[in-house]
Amino acid sequence: MKKVGKKTLWALVATLMAALMLAGCGGSGGEEDKQAGPGEEEKFKVAFVYITSAGDAGWTYAHDLGRLYLQDQLDWVDASEIVENVPENPADAEQVITQLAEQGNKVIFTTSFGYMDPTINVAQKYPDVTFVHCSGYKTADNVGAYFGRMYQARYLSGLVAGQATESNIIGYVGAHPIPEVIRGINAFTVGVRAANPDAVVKVVWTNSWFDPTVEKQSAEVLLDAGADVIAQHMDSPAPQQAAEERGKLGIGYNSDMRAQAPGAVMTSPMWEWGPYYVETVQAIKDGTFDPTPTAGSLTYWGGLKEGLVKISDYGPMVPEETKQLVEQEKARIISGEWDVFYGPLKDQNGEVKVAEGQKMTDDEMLAMDWFVEGVEGKITAPQF
Amino acid sequence: MIIRGTRLTIEKRLVPSSSAYLVIPFISIFMALLVGSIFLYFSGHEPVAVYYKMFKGAFGSRYGITETIVKAIPLTLVGLGVALAFRMQLWNIGGEGQLYMGAFAATWVALTFPEGSVWWVMPAMIALGMLAGGLWALLTAIPKAIWGVNEIITTLMLNYVAILWVDYLVYGPWKDPAGFNFPLTAVFSDAATLPGLFDSRVHAGLFFGIVAAIILYLVVYHTRWGYEIRVTGENPGAARYAGMNTTRNIMLVMLFSGALCGLAGMSEVSGIGHRLQHGLSPGYGYTAIIVAWLSRLNPFAVILVAILFGGLQVGGFIVQTSGIPSSMVYMLQGLLLFFVLGGELLTGYRLNRVPATGEATK
Repeated sequence: MKKVGKKTLWALVATLMAALMLAGCGGSGGEEDKQAGPGEEEKFKVAFVYITSAGDAGWTYAHDLGRLYLQDQLDWVDASEIVENVPENPADAEQVITQLAEQGNKVIFTTSFGYMDPTINVAQKYPDVTFVHCSGYKTADNVGAYFGRMYQARYLSGLVAGQATESNIIGYVGAHPIPEVIRGINAFTVGVRAANPDAVVKVVWTNSWFDPTVEKQSAEVLLDAGADVIAQHMDSPAPQQAAEERGKLGIGYNSDMRAQAPGAVMTSPMWEWGPYYVETVQAIKDGTFDPTPTAGSLTYWGGLKEGLVKISDYGPMVPEETKQLVEQEKARIISGEWDVFYGPLKDQNGEVKVAEGQKMTDDEMLAMDWFVEGVEGKITAPQF
Repeated sequence: MIIRGTRLTIEKRLVPSSSAYLVIPFISIFMALLVGSIFLYFSGHEPVAVYYKMFKGAFGSRYGITETIVKAIPLTLVGLGVALAFRMQLWNIGGEGQLYMGAFAATWVALTFPEGSVWWVMPAMIALGMLAGGLWALLTAIPKAIWGVNEIITTLMLNYVAILWVDYLVYGPWKDPAGFNFPLTAVFSDAATLPGLFDSRVHAGLFFGIVAAIILYLVVYHTRWGYEIRVTGENPGAARYAGMNTTRNIMLVMLFSGALCGLAGMSEVSGIGHRLQHGLSPGYGYTAIIVAWLSRLNPFAVILVAILFGGLQVGGFIVQTSGIPSSMVYMLQGLLLFFVLGGELLTGYRLNRVPATGEATK
């Protein structure tokens, strides 16, 4: 056995060397790394790090549309470098972000919460590169933090759901029990109850951002519990498809999910990152980008007013009267007259959290860890 | 199986072919790359150029090499751990869970004693991390040793329990109070952070891997106990007949196997993350199983294969910027395991061609 062990070792060494030789041969014949030729003007490189694949029809897809818009609008930008499916663990994320900085990108957008610490760490090593991180709370001299007031669009979609439900039970497939998701569920519920004070929102967690199988199963659990509208904070259209199969309705998320479940989706709260990306990259190029927080801990927190969030066009089942209600509420938010988390607001136990005439601050909203009245579910992490 | 009037039969080799031992790892890797290149070719990429870019990315620069080592550290430690168990034909599929439990225990030390001195905090993190991983594995070893409960199932299932336990902590009681309710613990103190090496992210966990490989080699090949493990693995009946205490050995082997996985978790939180978080491991515990197999359970080969797999992951992310999908790496890993296991068959068995007798085969 001992001898065999040694032989194996040598076999492996030989293998590694062979692989090296193979690779070496390939280099001369293979395609060369693409680099700007001598006559070509060097472009301003912008890179994106994605949590899932750009084909997910969800979160990453929305960011990627923004990237394509950026590429389309600014011809001096090269936004071709993207890395998909980067896990939110420290080992992988930091490697990928470093690699992009190393490859000469001037701006790197890191588009998931878990990339926050890795982004900050890499930024310290590359002071000449600007990093912009989505959905976290840390900034630095060369790190901006951006996000969107999705809760405003969620509120509007809640109005649609509240008017549509007949069973007065609405199901909500949630990702991770973190403030972003909790805020969305609360805003949605405030909308539902504004349209229909008797309706409740039942929440199921998947503990994942993207897992079509679990997303669908979670939606089915909610449908079995009597829900006739399925809303979601997930990156795939699977929950909407589950609703469609049962002949029920739904509210999509991230992109216009009518494309994937036309029979169910009434509308989808959506992101519109493109203009923000153009504006930010232009500011960085001009040297006017300032990462100092302006909204709570965030450099930028755009909402309905800035056009960063919106709701998609409606499906044919949405009545005219609902559309009018949404328009009216949207105008109220855009004008600044009112926002979703204005008092009076009670939590699940009926305790007043925000008194009449009061409103939540940006920081309070960004750290939200309680459910409003009307939500049925618990903010506990793992459950199946 | 009938091929033009002849029939293929599989026959066990009395003595495993040593030439097969030598060339099969090579052939396996080559075949995996070859099949991978067919996929690449038909999806419109130049396979050789892609492999070259992956290789260059992972091993062609100082940065690439250090990042490859960062990933090779946990793969080595878990690979060594499961290889020890595999040596005794104990199928410890629970490396992932044992890694998480090690990370959990080490984090407990770091969070409970934020002011502690490095002289005892670090040893305590190492000791408790190993203990937690070891005990987690022991949970499956006891029913295995006493009632013969299938450890493949129990170790696998306990992975989910361990991951959910860590999730419970980071989403709940261990959440950083200054962290806006995000699922992260507070950052460890300097005393609880493994020092970095070479001005890179490579950390002192590198030595854990090397030292563990040396110790494991000496124990498995040069001690009586190691001899018992090997005999039990090859022929449990003979081992029992020779009076070896199999029950005790199952428990001890699983304990040490889990302890190494726990050490991987400890070094990952202390050396890389500097805090405990959701999704700590990108599946090191599972990839390490492939590493252990491909290295044929040889401790030093584990290090080399871990570096190869670390490079595969680093290279995989690097080729993405030229449009290669991320699933490519997982596909290559799967192909490697497939061909290694296929090769295993050829090492221990021989394919014979015998004239067909005319009977229909099922």
